[in-house]
Amino acid sequence: MTQIAQDKLQELYDFIEDVKQKDYTESYLIAVLHKVQELFGYLPQDVMDDVAERMGIPTAHIWGVATFYHYFNLKPVGKHMVSVCMGTACYVKGADKVLETLKKELGVAVGETTEDKLFTLQEARCLGACGLAPVIMIDDKMYGELDGKGTIDVINQYRKAAK
Amino acid sequence: MKEKFKLTLCDGPSCIHNQSKEIRAALEAELSQHGLADQVSIHLSGCLGMCKQGPILIVNPGFTMYGKVEVADIPNIVKSHLVEGSPVAEKVIREDHLYNRFFRIFGDVDFFGKQMRITLRNCGIIDPENIDDYLSVRGYEALAKVLTDMKPEDVVAEVKKAGLRGRGGAGFPTGLKWEFTANQESDEKYVICNADEGDPGAFMDRSAIEGDPHTVLEGIIIGGYAIGASKGIVYIRAEYPLAIERLEKAIAAAKEHGFLGDNILGSDFSFDIEIRLGAGAFVCGEETALIHSIEGSRGMPRPRPPYPSVSGLFGKPTLINNVESWANIPVIVLDGGDWFSTIGTETSKGTKVFALAGMVHNTGLVEVPMGTTLREIVYDIGGGIPNDKAFKAIQTGGPSGGCLPAEYLDTEIDYESLAKAGSIMGSGGMIVIDEDACMVGLAKFFIEFTQDESCGKCTPCREGTKRMLEILTRITEGKGKEGDIEKLERLGHMIKNASLCGLGQSAPNPVLSTIKNFREEYEEHIRDKKCSAGQCSALLSYVVNDNCVGCGACKRICPVNAVEGTRKEKHVIDQDKCIRCGQCYDVCKFDAITKA
Repeated sequence: MTQIAQDKLQELYDFIEDVKQKDYTESYLIAVLHKVQELFGYLPQDVMDDVAERMGIPTAHIWGVATFYHYFNLKPVGKHMVSVCMGTACYVKGADKVLETLKKELGVAVGETTEDKLFTLQEARCLGACGLAPVIMIDDKMYGELDGKGTIDVINQYRKAAK
Repeated sequence: MKEKFKLTLCDGPSCIHNQSKEIRAALEAELSQHGLADQVSIHLSGCLGMCKQGPILIVNPGFTMYGKVEVADIPNIVKSHLVEGSPVAEKVIREDHLYNRFFRIFGDVDFFGKQMRITLRNCGIIDPENIDDYLSVRGYEALAKVLTDMKPEDVVAEVKKAGLRGRGGAGFPTGLKWEFTANQESDEKYVICNADEGDPGAFMDRSAIEGDPHTVLEGIIIGGYAIGASKGIVYIRAEYPLAIERLEKAIAAAKEHGFLGDNILGSDFSFDIEIRLGAGAFVCGEETALIHSIEGSRGMPRPRPPYPSVSGLFGKPTLINNVESWANIPVIVLDGGDWFSTIGTETSKGTKVFALAGMVHNTGLVEVPMGTTLREIVYDIGGGIPNDKAFKAIQTGGPSGGCLPAEYLDTEIDYESLAKAGSIMGSGGMIVIDEDACMVGLAKFFIEFTQDESCGKCTPCREGTKRMLEILTRITEGKGKEGDIEKLERLGHMIKNASLCGLGQSAPNPVLSTIKNFREEYEEHIRDKKCSAGQCSALLSYVVNDNCVGCGACKRICPVNAVEGTRKEKHVIDQDKCIRCGQCYDVCKFDAITKA
């Protein structure tokens, strides 16, 4: 195991130890899963097993929770998360076209990662920026009032930055 | 010399009658006696409309408003306020409601003119990350008042008197909820703020927290005091990183200033607030599902009773309110339940924040008194529909709501009137739909959402929405059958009646309301295999008309090579090859492609 991975695991273990000092420890499971995803980008199976052992919660329960919530990724994701808002306001203003453009431009379906591991495409529920509809969010950054070309321009900015 | 103060004296008839002229003379005399005549200017204003309090004298900067000013008061006001800098407190008009502050700044802007901001009164005015800013607009004064002057039962009584109803959607009377929880005997109780704003198209909770987190915290702390809880939890979506960050900062600042923690403001009341993150499950907005999620499980609802007020988080009595409800609490405490209950309609008091979006000029958050009409919101505040398109419908209440056509534009909004019209208040999403939208497609969009978000626990919601989606998909693909509409209606009513929680009970609303108000569109899709709005791609065909100059733009962009034709001659689209993506239609500069 690399040093980085070990450091990450240690950070997770410390986090779990903290949580175990609190009342109703098991109620912090979702917080722990958030931590795992923050550290690893997704929820790796072996780390889940670790969490199960350390928190004393059955693995089955943990996977039950992890699969219930959309926010958790069970597969590794690309460097940038491209979320297309499919909320009502965006839908009315043509979010489906933006999504089609992205699918074509990136060559992936929703939920998939590009071959160069640069982008993962996903649909999002309302991103809460309805005034700018249609919007996409790349990582934490919002891009609004997009059309087909505008969308491709945004993607190209990230491609350029990666080089 | 530089001007230091600007005095405005009301010059309305009633104030003149009450000697405003004599007051002016006395002011001038007093100012020159203190050598201030060239540093202070005196202005007259028209009637301020507060004749009962007249004569009125306003001192700026600071907007100090003196009422019932008499000639005899002038020496004192000049000396203590203008010379020594401390306003004469006993003459200042204290009727200054919290919400007024917003209008002093923005009241003359069209967009805000018809609004009334209570929940969002500080948003955009104060720095949300600076607790001093909040304190300067009477922040935490309500908390201090509650802790020093009010018993917990007085607070509950005040909220009941205000007539506040839950802003999360269902509209349950907040005061009653507080009373139920307060009356439970338990060693521990919890207060929860529901900030799991899941409705697509609604973002008022996010803005309230991002713009003024302390108001929400203050409301929660007051709630904790009223029901006898020592712990509060804010359950917020992980998708709102900025709101989370501001909440964290606000909690830390409140602790530092003694508004949170042990012995708040020196009282024997101790209270703490913790943030818990959601993880993207729409159903967690339902209170029992939310509680399961905080407990670290799959967020699935359970049958009620017992209600959370009896057995909630960790089996303890729990008070859950939505962000917007909490933000109203400090105002109710400071300005009084009596005042609050004067705003709104018979059954719904106060204001409601709506997230106005879709095909309307001014998209954004609008806060209006209950009883405002949809027309006022869409046309006066929203500025109408862009591109000269016609209004077709307004969708309220998110995926649990319904679509109301133009004849409902003059409906005065409150919980009851919207329900009667076949929609709901919901969390306050409001999407304006113009003539270009296909209502069947829109209904399908919402069912897709609720179908996907259905947690799967109860059969009517899990299976029923799936079947509805299948039928709707069939209709939009031109494969609809006679009797499909009736089937949708029957299914819809069944799901509404038999589902376990609010998600299923309201999921069919978009379909049922569009069938009720736009039945002809469904019939057209089924019988004529036609979509007049031109949205259902399977029912469309693109044909080149005589405007074609043969530029070839459509031919180049077509992804399936369905366009044929030689340069400078009219092109033709091969209908068998065409996948109806519409790119040729978008790229044509000569209006030479007809969508039918």
